Amino acid sequence: MTGPGDRSGADASQGVAAPSGGFRKGAFGVSGSGDTSGFGGLVRVEPGGAVALHSTERPYGGWFDEVTDALAEAVGEATYAAAVQRVLVDRGEITYFVAREHLLTLVRALRDDDALRFELCSSVSGVDYEGSGGPVTTPGRPRLHVVYHLTSMTYRRRIRLEVAVTVEDPHVPSVSGIYPTADWHERETYDMFGIVFDGHPALTRILMPDDWDGYPQRKDYPLGGVPVEYHGATIPPPDTRRSYR
Amino acid sequence: MTATQDPYAGSRETTEGRVYTVTGGDWDQTFGSDLTGEERLVVNMGPQHPSTHGVLRLVLDLEGETVTKARVVIGYLHTGIEKNTEYRTWTQGTTFVTRMDYLSPLFNEAGYCMAVEKLLGIEVPQRAQTIRVLVMEINRIASHLVCLATGGMELGALTGMTNGFREREMCLDLLEEITGLRMNHAYIRPGGVAQDLPPGAEQSIREWLRVMPGQLAGYHQMLTAQPIWQRRLKDVGYLDVTGCLALGVTGPPLRATGLAWDLRKIEPYLGYETYDFEVPTADTSDAWGRFLVRMAEMHESLRIVEQALDRLEPGPVMVEDRKIAWPAQLSLGADGMGNSLDHVRHIMGTSMEALIHHFKLVTEGFRVPAGQVYVPVESPRGELGYHVVSDGSTRPWRVHVRDPSFVNLQATAAMSEGGMIADVIAAIASLDPVMGGVDR
Repeated sequence: MTGPGDRSGADASQGVAAPSGGFRKGAFGVSGSGDTSGFGGLVRVEPGGAVALHSTERPYGGWFDEVTDALAEAVGEATYAAAVQRVLVDRGEITYFVAREHLLTLVRALRDDDALRFELCSSVSGVDYEGSGGPVTTPGRPRLHVVYHLTSMTYRRRIRLEVAVTVEDPHVPSVSGIYPTADWHERETYDMFGIVFDGHPALTRILMPDDWDGYPQRKDYPLGGVPVEYHGATIPPPDTRRSYR
Repeated sequence: MTATQDPYAGSRETTEGRVYTVTGGDWDQTFGSDLTGEERLVVNMGPQHPSTHGVLRLVLDLEGETVTKARVVIGYLHTGIEKNTEYRTWTQGTTFVTRMDYLSPLFNEAGYCMAVEKLLGIEVPQRAQTIRVLVMEINRIASHLVCLATGGMELGALTGMTNGFREREMCLDLLEEITGLRMNHAYIRPGGVAQDLPPGAEQSIREWLRVMPGQLAGYHQMLTAQPIWQRRLKDVGYLDVTGCLALGVTGPPLRATGLAWDLRKIEPYLGYETYDFEVPTADTSDAWGRFLVRMAEMHESLRIVEQALDRLEPGPVMVEDRKIAWPAQLSLGADGMGNSLDHVRHIMGTSMEALIHHFKLVTEGFRVPAGQVYVPVESPRGELGYHVVSDGSTRPWRVHVRDPSFVNLQATAAMSEGGMIADVIAAIASLDPVMGGVDR
């Protein structure tokens, strides 16, 4: 993977202060090369890189408040406060950032409570935020996120849960006991990101061969590829080409 | 020849008794005088097998002909498309995702592009939306026909296969005329579609609309009314609504349980709420119901195509914003879709600014504000969801595809354990998994 270029994201790890943003330089993915083309101009980036760090203020709007209230009622205010670290409403979608200790309590309530009824777990996947700028890249920050998309067929609503863990301790409780469909999703997430789902009945690789080393969709895992020679010129593999960010 | 002489088909002693590995040949030759006791067989079916719907591997435990355990092994077609998109621009992503579920390429493109557009906060022009609906519904018919064709072939109805691919070819001819390619079109792009309908396309579609109902009726004559076909499908691969929800199964298998869950009606996109069509359901929860649902859906898709064609108004097919819209117009030559000579003349001969603009947008691409979205569309196989994350740069940070084939295939064990081995084939065919989408 090419270097992400110079990034000077504001350190927002202290809290949820107003996003001040940062800048990213080096459009070609290089720095200090004397590139005067102008393409290396400053680009404004969010303080958290790809991860938004702030929490949306109440009211969230629409049915988001209804679901949030019902969830808090179902699990109890104290548990809700401990379980949900942040709530983000963005582009008409709501995301709950959840502490992994309380994930199963929350998910069970989301599925079973009459006012919530998220019967279908549409998708479970991972995102690796390593190198996306912002404080998420500092050591010890949880860079691996597990993202759950839940669908309520009764109320026709969709919500997203997000659990963040570190590479050193990539353990998340498995929801496959609550949503059997999560079985393969979690195996794929384990296969690609190395996130271990505790309590999964058979957490093995699913897409890669059983004896594969490494977790291919982590950002520090190279894309691979071989240079291609054509008419005497050599084209490097995609992840070592000069590229824009 | 005794078993021990064959290096690939020997026998060995285990704690559970003697285990034989059989690669073919006569029973007597393999087992000799050992042919006594229990008959537990572990059969490895696939990944190269004409009945497994692609490179799918099944490990089946058999007692006689009854399946006691079915395990599904996937990953033989994993190509790392999700990872690859992270190294390309947003527009190039279309070219990758269209190759995932190769029988419904336009749904992949539409889902991906709608996710990118939601991240950008833009709305595509009306004509582009209508064209998207038009090509997707043609694609849905083509996909359902392949399901019928390969499903029929796997059950021994070889004419179903030849006929299915014949009608599918009519659909692909249309898509080729519109997009330039039979498959892997990369036609739907962030911001609209790659090019307008070519002259004569409307006439071809109308002709196709005139012919198709008669062709589809032929399937009812050939398959629906046929006793063998009925017996192979009825009460096979049973999965009720509870099982579907627990296992995340969507699409025709879910609608065959009686639940009219179709995202085109539930969460309409691209103006689907303005089209007049029904969501066909069945109440049998078996392979037969899924067959009937698909047959009925093809007729509904024809209705949608006709309505889309009627409401096509002249207008742009790409967003006005020149910072996002692809600068080059493609044109259809004798050898397929390629560069527009007019455009090349414009940027190379008359306008330096146009050349710079073209260069910037084509090599660097546009930036997409940071954030994440999940956009589901109703593909021929169920909920096709795109979870797309941006870090604010010119390339996707992460593209995850919730592929319906991947999820639906989990139901294999629930549908086939306790049944006959021959019914495993019918059950899997009724799920219509496409391994390109399963393994990505």
